[in-house]
Amino acid sequence: MLNVKDLNVWFGQPPERVDAVKGAEFSVRQGESFGLVGESGSGKSTILRAIAGLIPTWSGDIAVDGKPLKADRRDRAFFKTVQMVFQDPYASLHPRHSVDAVLAETLRLQGMDNIDKRITKLLDDVGLGKGFRFRYPHQLSGGQRQRVAIARALAAEPRLLLLDEPTSALDVSVQAEILNLLADLRAEHGLTYVMVSHDLSVVGHMCDRLAVMQHGRIVEVMSVDALRRGAGEEDYTRHLIRASGGYQPA
Amino acid sequence: MTDAPLLSVRDLRVTFPTRQGSFQAVRGVSFDLGRERLGVVGESGSGKSMTGRAILGLVRPPGQVTATSMTLEGQSILNLPDRQMRQIRGGRISMVMQDPKFSLNPVMTVGQQIIEAYRLHAKAPRDAARQKALEMLEAVQIRDPERVMNAYPHEVSGGMGQRIMIAMMLAPDPRILIADEPTSALDVSVRTEVLNIMDRLVRDRGMGLIFVSHDLNLVAQFCDRVLIMYAGRIVETLAARDLHKARHPYTQGLLSSLPRLEAPVDRLPVLQRQDSWRDGETLMPHADTDLPGGL
Repeated sequence: MLNVKDLNVWFGQPPERVDAVKGAEFSVRQGESFGLVGESGSGKSTILRAIAGLIPTWSGDIAVDGKPLKADRRDRAFFKTVQMVFQDPYASLHPRHSVDAVLAETLRLQGMDNIDKRITKLLDDVGLGKGFRFRYPHQLSGGQRQRVAIARALAAEPRLLLLDEPTSALDVSVQAEILNLLADLRAEHGLTYVMVSHDLSVVGHMCDRLAVMQHGRIVEVMSVDALRRGAGEEDYTRHLIRASGGYQPA
Repeated sequence: MTDAPLLSVRDLRVTFPTRQGSFQAVRGVSFDLGRERLGVVGESGSGKSMTGRAILGLVRPPGQVTATSMTLEGQSILNLPDRQMRQIRGGRISMVMQDPKFSLNPVMTVGQQIIEAYRLHAKAPRDAARQKALEMLEAVQIRDPERVMNAYPHEVSGGMGQRIMIAMMLAPDPRILIADEPTSALDVSVRTEVLNIMDRLVRDRGMGLIFVSHDLNLVAQFCDRVLIMYAGRIVETLAARDLHKARHPYTQGLLSSLPRLEAPVDRLPVLQRQDSWRDGETLMPHADTDLPGGL
């Protein structure tokens, strides 16, 4: 479904050029859920943004569904296949657009028909119901906003969802609801996920395999089973797993 | 904890007027703090941060703070005039906030800020204050304190910024440190380091620590005692090591809604909120016999 080979992403011009991602390689099978983990600045979100076409300065090969992507342009077909959900539901929804307007605009852009019916269906899919259709973001809680953001991503009927820390701005009880929703949607629609998170237990819950990143490089690609056993091959992976276990007194 | 508490709070309420009538963000919170690490846990909107702000007199009008009593080492600190509160705040009670990016002054060097904060309370000459600042930076394990003194906040990392905040807050030797989500903006590998430093300093000085956090497991590992807040009230208090024996359905629900690496589940249990949690009794560790069968 997704093939990434020798991906480099950089920001700025020399001598200030920063290489945010260096030689990243991984592939995600159809229907798989793949995690990208690492600490801040490790380049995990940058990879996602480069795939989505939000960063033009990259080199290497990215192929979605076997079709290679161009550096700076994405065609309509791409956005019908790939959609993204962002971290902060407070920032990713337009404050003066109602839920109805957000979804209707997305559906029109995707050239969909039967917009009215589809909006009802989308809201239903993300567990919001009709009552939320004409609300504005400030009338929604954080979890409800993230549901709207997920509905917007689903509007294009994509096959690959890029999830950038989808629950890190939410309370743990709401996080559980959203993670359950994402799991249900994947099963129902046969979606493929690439999920960025700094929380190893969230990735452990949601994903089948994951890549551990440090300083812009993929240190290791491992299975979730290996993660649960704490069996990283690299020192850094084991260090990260240990540190995620919580606080250990010195 | 046989000695008198450092801080004693009884029936603390924080009220905000709204168009729909008054809204109570904190609804009758009572607790004592000794020389211990006390965790305050809850979700957003539970009133945990507001409790910390009320203790420090940082609730701005039109917000109103009321309590039957709020005492620091026997002295009432409830609604003191600004002048007196400023002496206490930073001097006898200090606060470390979530993100050092926003709590450090971006246009002053680290050294200037620590010196200023220290002199405000200690009335020390400049040289002595400078010496103290260097000592504090060493105490929070900053390797090159001379260089960091001359650095601006944007030139240091998040973990280092938070250590600088701790150094600044502990320089005047306060009795109590209130830490509001001090490690939420930090990476996991830096988190342990910062917590260890804070723990050692607080313990060595015999201070009381109020650790406000949304992270139940972190609090259970780090603190001695935990208060769990829901909708502005304390619903349960227990010893941190007994967190897994929590009896309140809200505490249990919070714990089970967390995904865990060592215990995979297909679906995460979702919290079913009950109206009765808003006004029920606070569950205490010794309440076992009073409430046969628990709740």
